[in-house]
Amino acid sequence: MGMGLGFYAKQAESLPAMAIRPPGALPEEEFLGACIRCGLCVRDCPYDMLSLGQLGDQVATGTPYFYARTDPCEMCEDIPCVVACPTNALDHGLTNINDARMGLAVLVDQETCIAFQGLRCEVCFNICPIRGKAISLEYEHNVRSGKHARFLPVVHSDACTGCGLCEKACILEEAAIKVFPTHLAKGELGRHYRLGWKEKEKAGKSLVTPDVEHKYNLPEGVRYDLQGKGLIVEPEGQQTKPFPSNPLDRLNRGLEDQ
Amino acid sequence: MADKLVAGTDAIAAKGWFKAHQWLILRRASQLSILVLFLLGPLAGLWIVKGNLAASMTLDVLPLTDPHVLLQSVLSGVVPELSAIVGVVIVIAFYLLVGGRVYCSWVCPVNIVTDAAAWLRRKLGIKTTSQMAKSTRYWMLGLTLVLPIVTGSLVWELFNPVSMLFRGIVFGMGMAWILIVGIFLFDLFIAKNGWCGRLCPVGAFYSLLGAGSAIRIVAAERESCNDCMDCFVVCPEKQVIKPALKGADKGIGPVILSANCTNCGRCIDVCAKDVFQFGTRFNNLMVNASGKQRDDGAQHSV
Repeated sequence: MGMGLGFYAKQAESLPAMAIRPPGALPEEEFLGACIRCGLCVRDCPYDMLSLGQLGDQVATGTPYFYARTDPCEMCEDIPCVVACPTNALDHGLTNINDARMGLAVLVDQETCIAFQGLRCEVCFNICPIRGKAISLEYEHNVRSGKHARFLPVVHSDACTGCGLCEKACILEEAAIKVFPTHLAKGELGRHYRLGWKEKEKAGKSLVTPDVEHKYNLPEGVRYDLQGKGLIVEPEGQQTKPFPSNPLDRLNRGLEDQ
Repeated sequence: MADKLVAGTDAIAAKGWFKAHQWLILRRASQLSILVLFLLGPLAGLWIVKGNLAASMTLDVLPLTDPHVLLQSVLSGVVPELSAIVGVVIVIAFYLLVGGRVYCSWVCPVNIVTDAAAWLRRKLGIKTTSQMAKSTRYWMLGLTLVLPIVTGSLVWELFNPVSMLFRGIVFGMGMAWILIVGIFLFDLFIAKNGWCGRLCPVGAFYSLLGAGSAIRIVAAERESCNDCMDCFVVCPEKQVIKPALKGADKGIGPVILSANCTNCGRCIDVCAKDVFQFGTRFNNLMVNASGKQRDDGAQHSV
């Protein structure tokens, strides 16, 4: 019977993707051992956005969660839900709400996000409590119109707390930006992977034979900055004109160059 | 011990209806007022007690924590906060005084369900017995404590009808009523007092916790017993009565010392001869010390 209970428990404990744990929640496996299902976090949430799983729900019975689309975390500075937790299932080491990692916002659908259609929206960017850091706007050329920019929201996992305010605020019928538990939202690079440019930075020099600097074959007065501004056309005044007003100069220079 | 259809008629005739139900009424009042205290917050915005029976906070100063739930959590590898430790110490101290299974009869909401099943069973004269061993609940208790060690998670709390019913009433029930109806039907048709008396690991935990507790039922006037058997009919753990009530010849004291007695006081209610009363476990010592079978010490009891 114990085995049966155990197996059922494993199944009953798989948290659905849209259910997000309160701030400071231990990793799911530890959380299910630590949470005693008392509901004190639910009671002390001033926005009353937490629920307890009920028998028949997908969330383990009695454990707290929220759905970002309807009731996101408002990120109280004093984190009352954590303070209320009697067992450290919500880690009391969390004192700065900006360090919370409830989940991670992901722009799940570029096909419907209107920023990707070239329209101005930026609602998720503006509602974000860590504005500018957790979601930034990246400007990109709008190929369709040929003359506008697209303002694309990009989530940064080093700042996003997973509060879900962006998901709630998304103006679409079905949010294009959603908060998922971090393990669902985040990729992980193979541990043997090394990124050459970072290793180079660390070592202070190239670890392999340095690349030969590429020479661009460009007309005079035009430079190409590969890792910076790209194609640079020197302003008129500073350019040495290909055809100076005095034809003799041209003739003389031609001889010097050769 | 043939079950009577109606127990306590003699007591009602002798003492009046109210006296013959006073502990039952007090118990229901206790169970319901605990629920009401927890419900005042969500229903009326009056936050006296927050949380549920697993852990609660009263008036923002008094933490109370369920030792069985916390033990499972600790076994899964958790270091609780100070409030939980303070809460659990208070709760353990309380039940060491009043009797562990006072939780079952005076606090637990499932008790109302199983009492109702037992009552209906008597009314309908259902005799089915497919009784499990009395030790089953201790195996269940062992299971609830081993599973957190093995799985690292509070497996029992996914099923626990005790916490689920209370939490359900305070926070929202979901499908938990199916479990509760299941327990009712199980107690009604399959096993008499089957859930509370044979299966429930929470009750098993509290019976061990309060095995040496102070406050006890005492069969102080046991020589006036007229063998009407009403106490055996209503008692949810009737095996606990016999040594104290009928043990005078064997030199057994009048105190019901079994850890499984829930101190529900129903035996006091239904006894027309007022054999039983609340006392302490030390009433037995007085009997032995004075060498008397008759226990005068119990007279000053609650």
